[in-house]
Amino acid sequence: MVQVKIVYYGPGRCGKTTNLEYVNRKFRDQIQSEMVSLKTHGDRTLFFDFLPFDMGQIKGYDIKIQLYTVPGQVKYNATRKLVLKGVDGVVFVADAMEKQREKNIRSLNQLHENLQAYKESIFKLPLVIQYNKVDLKDHGVPILPTAVLRKDLNSRLKVPDFEASAITGYNVAATLKKIISSTVVSIQKKLL
Amino acid sequence: MNYGIVSQEQLEQIDTILSSKLIKLGVDCVIIIDMAGNIITAKDNGESKYDVYSFAALAAGNFATVDAMAKLVGEAEFSLLFHKGQESNIHFSKIDDELLLISMFGKDISLGFLRLNVVEAIEQIRKVWEASNG
Repeated sequence: MVQVKIVYYGPGRCGKTTNLEYVNRKFRDQIQSEMVSLKTHGDRTLFFDFLPFDMGQIKGYDIKIQLYTVPGQVKYNATRKLVLKGVDGVVFVADAMEKQREKNIRSLNQLHENLQAYKESIFKLPLVIQYNKVDLKDHGVPILPTAVLRKDLNSRLKVPDFEASAITGYNVAATLKKIISSTVVSIQKKLL
Repeated sequence: MNYGIVSQEQLEQIDTILSSKLIKLGVDCVIIIDMAGNIITAKDNGESKYDVYSFAALAAGNFATVDAMAKLVGEAEFSLLFHKGQESNIHFSKIDDELLLISMFGKDISLGFLRLNVVEAIEQIRKVWEASNG
């Protein structure tokens, strides 16, 4: 059996938990356990959310995917780091709202530092970037054009990226499929 | 998963140790996990119905938190953790830097007796582990 740990990372209130909640609802039939959320009374993630599911077999190995989120609030970096331990793949969820531009960049930089603490490199680890909340455009909230987000966050990394809306589910599954496939490929390389 | 790959043979040896040292004693469920929250193996008495995967994720988080607290007060580690409830108890013990042994047991077993057996089980597991991981 191969257990794959995928962590959703990103600034506070960007929608990491919402991503997992959507996956949990949408793929309920394929998920055997309940989603675990450690949160504060204000519904903010305190430690992590956890959602495990089986993927079936690939090349004779049973694949078990474990999705985690980190707490996004700035003050929780110590716990964010703990969740990243043993990570196999990361989804970086960026907040497309104009006013969050700085926070996205800061969070991505911190991901880079936190991975270094485990001798992992953001340039080598399977990574997918999601520009979340694109639906807000229709509600008159100023959001950054994808080209700007891409330039800010993905100009050096050059990893697969998606516009998404975790609340409506737009591209949530696409993001997940992409990170699962890149992570499984990278684990296969390590195993074989 | 940076501790390498566990062979089927190793797993079976470890399972035997867990059964003979802990399950036989009356422990409801024993899990070995790594510090990232992955399950290496789980054994139970056939009656317990724990969601071991969620349990492993939470246990790893719990242990990591306590470890971070240890560092804050100047301890290298708190290698042992124990949670006591009305009907059931949970005991955590570190096997090495990567592995954790978790025992869930009822009120019929005394903590001292459990700890004695956990220590012996861990010694044996370490030997199995070192034999092929150097």
